Amino acid sequence: MTSPTLHGNDSVTRIMAWVLAALVPGVVAYVWLFGPGILVTLAIATATAVAAEAAMLKARGYPAKPFLLDLSAVVTAWLLALSLPALAPWWLIVVGTLAAIVVAKQLYGGLGQNIFNPAMVGYAVLIVSFPAQMTHWPGPLELTHAQLTLAQSAAVIFGGEVPRATLDAVTMATPLDTLRTGLLQQFTVDEVMRQPVFGRFGGVGFEWLAFAFWLGGLVLWARRIIDWRVPMAFLLGIWLAAGLLHFYDAGRFGSPWFHFFTPSVALAAFFIATDPVSGATTPRGKLIFGFGAGVLTIAIRTWGGFPDGVAFAILLMNLAAPLIDQYTQPRVYGEARAGKETRP
Amino acid sequence: MSRELFRFKGGVHPPEHKAESNSRPIHAAPLPKQLVIPLRQHIGNPAKPVVNVGERVLKGQLIGAADGTISAAVHASSSGTVVAIEPRTVPHASGLPDTCIVIDTDGRDEWIAHEPLDYRALPATDLRMKLRDMGLAGLGGAVFPSAVKLDPGPAQACPTLILNGGECEPWITCDDVLMRHHADEILQGAAIMRHLLGSTEILVGIEANKPEAIAAMEAAAANLDFTVEVVAVPSIYPGGGAKQMIETLTGRQVPSGKLSTDIGIQVFNVGTAYALARAVHHGEPMISRLVTVTGHVLRPQNFEVLIGTPMQTLIELAGDRDGTTGILMGGPMMGVPMPNPGVPVVKATNCILVQSRELFPPLPKPLPCIRCTRCADACPAELQPQELFRFAKAGDFGRAQEYHLFDCIECGCCSYVCPSHLPLVDFYRYAKSEIWARERDKRAADLARERHEFRLFRQEREKAEKAAKLAAKAAAKRAELAEGGARPEPAGAAQADGAPAEASDADAKKALIAAALARAQAKKADAAPKNVDRLTPEQQREIEEIEARRAKIRELARKPLATEEDA
Ligand code: SF4
Ligand code: SF4
Repeated sequence: MTSPTLHGNDSVTRIMAWVLAALVPGVVAYVWLFGPGILVTLAIATATAVAAEAAMLKARGYPAKPFLLDLSAVVTAWLLALSLPALAPWWLIVVGTLAAIVVAKQLYGGLGQNIFNPAMVGYAVLIVSFPAQMTHWPGPLELTHAQLTLAQSAAVIFGGEVPRATLDAVTMATPLDTLRTGLLQQFTVDEVMRQPVFGRFGGVGFEWLAFAFWLGGLVLWARRIIDWRVPMAFLLGIWLAAGLLHFYDAGRFGSPWFHFFTPSVALAAFFIATDPVSGATTPRGKLIFGFGAGVLTIAIRTWGGFPDGVAFAILLMNLAAPLIDQYTQPRVYGEARAGKETRP
Repeated sequence: MSRELFRFKGGVHPPEHKAESNSRPIHAAPLPKQLVIPLRQHIGNPAKPVVNVGERVLKGQLIGAADGTISAAVHASSSGTVVAIEPRTVPHASGLPDTCIVIDTDGRDEWIAHEPLDYRALPATDLRMKLRDMGLAGLGGAVFPSAVKLDPGPAQACPTLILNGGECEPWITCDDVLMRHHADEILQGAAIMRHLLGSTEILVGIEANKPEAIAAMEAAAANLDFTVEVVAVPSIYPGGGAKQMIETLTGRQVPSGKLSTDIGIQVFNVGTAYALARAVHHGEPMISRLVTVTGHVLRPQNFEVLIGTPMQTLIELAGDRDGTTGILMGGPMMGVPMPNPGVPVVKATNCILVQSRELFPPLPKPLPCIRCTRCADACPAELQPQELFRFAKAGDFGRAQEYHLFDCIECGCCSYVCPSHLPLVDFYRYAKSEIWARERDKRAADLARERHEFRLFRQEREKAEKAAKLAAKAAAKRAELAEGGARPEPAGAAQADGAPAEASDADAKKALIAAALARAQAKKADAAPKNVDRLTPEQQREIEEIEARRAKIRELARKPLATEEDA
């Protein structure tokens, strides 16, 4: 007695495939700017995620095939991999992915049941437990003039011997780190930003990576794979919070443009905050969720002790999502409009 | 001409599949050997049989009389002999049998004497009674008795009359071809409706995907002595739903739990207007209707079909094919699967949709809800289907009700868009049926408790009364003694004692009654479920249907156990 007997052509697999496709420009830019190491990271994360998902499904007595085909584990793996420094050691990637898939996703009940965004849980676990390893960022080619080959990257990731000099030549602090350290050393934003790692808007190279994420994100937006509210509210939150601080004291707080063109913000706006499972669901709730995550990101970046605030901001808002939903239930058809009686 | 239109929230665009059936002319389906005419084809009380087995009946003869106000009569669709009055399988999702009058036709198709009505000369109440006795019921799918809807009620007039030619469900084209070929008669029906409802504004809403129908209706409207505005509305499912049509044309929403007449609007399907015109101007009761037969058949088309004709006959006429996987009555969005192809066409049968694997491939296995809210974006009732689903699945029916489960119109838009392929509507039906059942159990329990409490209260009252009587007697005795004796002082005291005692007894009694009343009222308030009071007859019927479904589900649930025992 199932009605309707008709169904549109949408599916979870289709949505996830679109998300992966929209990440491709980012991956390409990554390889172009920072060398092919990211491909190794992506491969490790994907393999770990799929294996962990399959094992957990089996342990929980679920059929593995439909859930693996939905591609959600792959999306989680990619989002985590793209948040990690490209030269992170292999075990870091594995630990992060396991935390994401096993703990944050499957132990909460699998697809659709997780309270927290799995990729962000993975990231948070790593940054709390292994802060030192989370800084192996390769510098952009434009600055280092040297890049590791795929084999060399793999060697670094798997802990093989790489001449110290080569490694030092290619890794460097991220612009966000540079800004933070500079500010701690009592430089002004302007002074720090004059350093070579900074480009037109953000960090050299990093800003192009951010652009690539923006591009993919806007495709998702245009294709209505993601709701427009979350990215808009998130970016608005970033803009307002950073803008206000910058306006208050441009010497101590980075400009909103700088934050806009950090890759993590672009990734979060279109790919992470938009995760439907762990986000708010009502129209107003989505606006609040996105805006809150944006403001918290700036707050944590400014006053927190971690190199980036995106992950914690998202996790905090994940926690608040059910409550937000509850208090933002929209009016239903035929119910009196707020503040205005239904016309008689 | 251009009227400001309003966009209702949500909706989907399923493939239309109208072209298959709307270009062929209307064919009259031949007279079948046997007609099976259910007594309940409408919302409300089933008709009561007024013929006996063995009796010869004529075409158009009353065979089931309307029972009460919300009911409609049923008639013999052709001449013949009544061979049975018994439960038969009827076109209903439950697959449960219902009482039908079975007529073996004699092939003569002999009409009973019938004549037109002079509707302007008849008092409105009499005319409505006549229409009820001619079996008029809405042909758009809800089959609500038309006579009831033609009563403007205490307001005396319903300013806006809307003829609904939306026909938003895919595949169905019976209203489309009816408008193309019988536009004049549809508008004659509108004139009668206008007369009964006192409407001043008459609108015809037709989805823009039916240009021929729009043109035909516009041409017919030009010949009238009153103004009818034919409006092309965007083709969005479920734009042909009454509430959605009202919002599209007027920008107004029917308040939750109210009827459209409460905001001065009444909506009729174009087919109903046509049937009304046939009834009034030709004296023909509702014994036939247009039915689209489409889907997996060789020649999809529309038939003029006598009520009671087996669906199988029509499918054969349209050319049945191998590989049929099922038959739906209605469209693919809200249609109900038929238990077998032999069930008869009834007043509600707008479409017979023959399914095949190619046209209706089975859905992939559902995945868990990913809370993507595509369903909420598509929901025309502006609900949060994902939350309703969550609560229904968890058995948290109270929360489901808080989230307006009963405002769900079961249109299926949510399931249509769900990327996890969840059978959401089935869950809502299940939750609704569970809530009805619990309400009923609770009402029974409340009644028992009230009775019990009343008994306690009565016992207490009796005790109190007895005590009061005793006290009064004692007081009287003391008074007697006092009168007789030489000690007036204590007597006075006794009286002074006795009177307040009596007074306080009376007070206590009052207080007791008040308390009991208050308690009963509080109970009632507790028990009164949210949005299940003020049941419309439609909902009442829905409850009954759901009951039937529940019964079937239970039966199904028992079956596997039984076979296990057998094994
Ligand atoms: S469309 Fe389906 S998966 Fe998406 S929120 Fe609604 S019920 Fe859940
Ligand atoms: S079936 Fe109910 S919940 Fe689903 S879209 Fe229609 S009205 Fe909304």
